[in-house]
Amino acid sequence: MARITASVYTSHVPAIGAALDHGRTHEPYWQKVFSGYEFSRHWMRENPPDVIFLVYNDHANAFSLEIIPTFAIGTAAEFAVADEGWGPRPVPKVIGHPELAAHIAQSVIQDDFDLTIVNKMDVDHGLTVPLSLLCGQPQAWPCPVIPFAVNVVQYPVPSGRRCFQLGQAIRRAVESYDDPLQVQIWGTGGMSHQLQGPRAGLINREWDQRFLDRLIAEPAALAQLPHIEYVREAGSEGIELVMWLIARGAMNDVDRGAPPRVVHRFYHVPASNTAVGHLILENAG
Amino acid sequence: MALDKPYRDVPGTTIFDAEESRKGYWLNQFCMSLMKAANRERFKAGERAYLDEWPMTEAQKQAVLARDLNRCIALGGNIYFLAKIGATDGKSFQQMAGSMTGLSEEEYRRMMVGGGRPIEGNRYRHEWEKK
Repeated sequence: MARITASVYTSHVPAIGAALDHGRTHEPYWQKVFSGYEFSRHWMRENPPDVIFLVYNDHANAFSLEIIPTFAIGTAAEFAVADEGWGPRPVPKVIGHPELAAHIAQSVIQDDFDLTIVNKMDVDHGLTVPLSLLCGQPQAWPCPVIPFAVNVVQYPVPSGRRCFQLGQAIRRAVESYDDPLQVQIWGTGGMSHQLQGPRAGLINREWDQRFLDRLIAEPAALAQLPHIEYVREAGSEGIELVMWLIARGAMNDVDRGAPPRVVHRFYHVPASNTAVGHLILENAG
Repeated sequence: MALDKPYRDVPGTTIFDAEESRKGYWLNQFCMSLMKAANRERFKAGERAYLDEWPMTEAQKQAVLARDLNRCIALGGNIYFLAKIGATDGKSFQQMAGSMTGLSEEEYRRMMVGGGRPIEGNRYRHEWEKK
């Protein structure tokens, strides 16, 4: 059977992608960001997954206001890199895993989560920046990726509690797949940031650190946080952090098993307007 | 019974909910059209004429022409959509975010490098009204 080996959490700031694409990673400003991912790139090479299930949000690129799916799973064979208005990022196209994606969709929908199934979708920086941070600049991404887009653009976004439960359903789905695939689940976005209005630029370092602590140690309690707490304390765009709870909900310790091993933790302010947080948790055993 | 919207009490912040989305539908869809290079060229060649192709309100069109992002947001715009205007103008997300704060580009950049806008004094509207 397939299993989830690890979960990875990271911010997905577009300026990080631009710094990589324009060869500015050596600048002191960006060095401070990328140094936090050196370990992670090494870890990825040492622990290559067969598939990455990548939870992210679209930023008005694949989805306009015509259709706003709360949870959308990409079941296509491949996904093109979106032109977000600056031209597409010069990164490889994303190869999907249609068999596993279809299996997860069928299992999770029967488990009462009403996913939208998407067979044609461009993927934006929300998905490609995490891949760049963990995989560098290869000719092709190291494995297939299942994009899982969450609406965090138009309020109300799904609750942390719902996201945490969804993660548990995704794990059940993966573990009922016959092929013995090693699957990583990634939760992306955050941490504290606000991109709009006179309060733009808000950062809450203490809140972010506490979020990381609780995500590791008491995720079920953390999942009870109401939306307003994210908005007020971590900024209007800090609400992206609910997506981390999907990945955390898919870890073994949530309904049985030992706590995950914290193999890497990193936090830095700023990348552009945003606090950068990053965590790697491995399932024990 | 009215919906509970506790986020209205957060200063300097507009939450893009279903009501804002309804108000800003055409403004945001206009922004979305700027993802196509050909449309960016047509917009730059004649902004007013391009805007007149969209069923936006006059106030929305004026806010776009003035690049007043706070006004755009007050009229239903969402920052991820409005970012397409910035991309068309060759502006970074940091320049766009900074333009809404009353700080100069350099002041905003310095604030971010210095750790960002602090949370103290920035949680509730009444904290701003005292200032």
